[in-house]
Amino acid sequence: MLTFTLKRLGLAVLVALTVSFISFTLLFLAGDPAAALAGETASGEDIEAISKLYGFDRPMLVQYGDWLFSALRGDFGESYYFRLPVSSLIFDRLGVTMTLGVCGISFALLTAVPLGVAAAIRPNSIIDRVALFLSVAGQAMPSFWFGLILIVLFAIKLGWLPPSGASGPMHFIMPTIVLGYYAMPAIMRLTRAGMLDVLSSDYIRTARAKGAPEGRVLFRHALRNAIIPVVSLAAVQMGFMLGGSIVVESIFALHGAGYLAWESIARNDLPTVQALILVFSMFYIVFTFLADVLNAWLDPRMRSS
Amino acid sequence: MKTSWLKSGIASIALVAATGGAWAEKANDTLRVAFTKELENVDSFFNSSREGVVLQRAIWDGLIYRDPATNEYKGNLATSWEWIDDTTLELKLREGVTFHNGAPFSADDVVYTVNFVSKEENGVKTQRNVNWMESAEKVDDYTVRIHLKEKFPAAIEFLSGPVSMYPAEYYAEVGPSGMGLEPVGTGPYKVVSVVPGQHFVLEKNENYHDSPKGQPEITNVDIRTIPDVNTQMAELFSGSLDLIWQVPADQAEKLATMDQFTVKNESTMRVGYLNMDAAGRSGDTPVTDLRVRRAINHAINREELVNALLKGKSRVVSTPCFPSQFGCVEEAAKSYDYDPEKAKALLAEAGYPDGFTIEFYAYRNREYAEAIMSYLNAVGIDTDFKFLQYSALREQNMKGEVPLAFLTWGSFSINDASAMVSQFFKHGSLDDARDDQVLEYLNTADSSTDPETRIEHYAKAIERITEQAYWAPMFSYNTNYVFTNEVEYTPTADEVLRFTTMSWN
Repeated sequence: MLTFTLKRLGLAVLVALTVSFISFTLLFLAGDPAAALAGETASGEDIEAISKLYGFDRPMLVQYGDWLFSALRGDFGESYYFRLPVSSLIFDRLGVTMTLGVCGISFALLTAVPLGVAAAIRPNSIIDRVALFLSVAGQAMPSFWFGLILIVLFAIKLGWLPPSGASGPMHFIMPTIVLGYYAMPAIMRLTRAGMLDVLSSDYIRTARAKGAPEGRVLFRHALRNAIIPVVSLAAVQMGFMLGGSIVVESIFALHGAGYLAWESIARNDLPTVQALILVFSMFYIVFTFLADVLNAWLDPRMRSS
Repeated sequence: MKTSWLKSGIASIALVAATGGAWAEKANDTLRVAFTKELENVDSFFNSSREGVVLQRAIWDGLIYRDPATNEYKGNLATSWEWIDDTTLELKLREGVTFHNGAPFSADDVVYTVNFVSKEENGVKTQRNVNWMESAEKVDDYTVRIHLKEKFPAAIEFLSGPVSMYPAEYYAEVGPSGMGLEPVGTGPYKVVSVVPGQHFVLEKNENYHDSPKGQPEITNVDIRTIPDVNTQMAELFSGSLDLIWQVPADQAEKLATMDQFTVKNESTMRVGYLNMDAAGRSGDTPVTDLRVRRAINHAINREELVNALLKGKSRVVSTPCFPSQFGCVEEAAKSYDYDPEKAKALLAEAGYPDGFTIEFYAYRNREYAEAIMSYLNAVGIDTDFKFLQYSALREQNMKGEVPLAFLTWGSFSINDASAMVSQFFKHGSLDDARDDQVLEYLNTADSSTDPETRIEHYAKAIERITEQAYWAPMFSYNTNYVFTNEVEYTPTADEVLRFTTMSWN
């Protein structure tokens, strides 16, 4: 198990390095960071001065090497845009994003799994149809539109919830629903399909034949087997939510890490983008790893292989 | 990604949903305002955004003040000034002024600020704002001399604009990053808290000196950054914001029909124009031919662009500068009326009876660029459209790789033609005209201290530039301010929110 973990860890570091190198190269090709830094009002001379000040005139590989060595020491440098340490900048905003991600995925799982199970128990029933409708709607509706509809309804019309901001728990309700709803359909369809498959298998028939209570059959025997691909999917969705909730963060003015990443790309704020990419890829790696462990616990067969 | 998602959809829905009534925080005497962009640093020397200028005017003071209505210069932290010679300006300072942290304001603060910001290695973001100053020297506690590198007639304008005075001791201790987090100035508002890029809380400075900016009336100003314009409107509807600005024209029109909001439109100094590579830096393209450049000027219906797209107080501009700027002589400019037939004839004369294809670049207002494109297409000029990030376009521009582009320039709200025409036609990396005669005119205009000589030479430069059709100047921009009826405010034409002139109804 130790060698397995170490191997995974080594692989994770390599993945992170590759991702950071590729992104560094791409960002470099995207435009002159000095011009972005100087802003729209700067003259050509301003831009040259900034280029020298930040060392953009050095070869790309030298700049990447520089960044890498500092990053290894835990120093992600100073944001070109905010002139503040990148680590504290990201740390400040990660809280919002993590809260949103955890709430979003919980909302998605808590609604999608029961709905998927219910739909599978009675295929083609009203419940199944409603579930199907919800998932089609969730998949089809762009989150910016859904977000604005919620704002109009709950913040303007009813006045129950604040339209935007992140200063209290009430502020997270609408973003959670929007973000969670987007992840919900896939999870629900996968649960339904898995449950249908498992419920028609021999061991379920056996369990029912030996007189096991229906609840025990459904949750202990069926769901535990059907949920395995869902766990893997949820891990990927979670990674997506942490890095890709740009639209939701922007609409609800949440100022999280996703929005920071998006804006930093436009600003050519290389140190911030680089650090965020590293953080986001680590999220994916950690969540996939956790999902593997969880699946191994759920399914003993996976442990041996 | 920002506002174009929905453009007008949400406005219509919100209109239906809005239940009326105003909920301004008048009771708490707190004005709640939204910014769209994340401000990088409150330290005004280390940001280059509109939002930064707004905070700068609230937190700090300059030595001089320009009345936005009359354009008259008045003393602020200085009470009088006089030119000792062409490059030395002596200023008498106001006595009895204190910074927000209690430190008294004196000549030492001016000397420290000027000496710090004028040094290139200290990295002030917009060098042009400060690099005309060499140093400052203390004569006595309330008299300073500012030494210029060379003659610079716009000095007074810059001292009344981007150059604010900082507390010497505090700034030396905390530097630009510290100043950005806990700003200290002499201005009408002091800073209560800063969450970088997100949230700024200001409070009235009870001890504000007798400044031409006027005394602040509203006690608290609470500014949040809300990137999405639709969300800003939702906040306005739900009563959690009192004032938003830079509202797109279509949204503002809808808001104007509602009783609980006031919509005011004001022009800005930003000018939109087509830049043409007349010098052929990007290769031997058709725009190196004067007839083609004139054809492009004739092909575009500027009137229609202004009426249908920009609206408000925007106007057609025919000068390579903003008409209110000193030296921007409109009469000197050759203007090109909308005449597609003439354009086609000019193209044929230049050897392109069937038109040609050219790369066309833009970085903002895609809808304007597309409208311009359709005018060009109508006279037979096919466009290979490239919409880039600002920095990427700027870089290609500097390398001279852009034959035709829709660009804009806001002059940093500096009311002097040197802030625009001299930025682009003095053979710098962005100059695609490379006209020696224009350079000569501008050199004289920029460095003369005699207003008449300056006007005369700017006029000559403008005449030559428009005669040669190096640019196709298009229009000026405008901005919409929307606020609840509880707020009283008259916006100024320089796109700066002034909290001191706001009050409750």
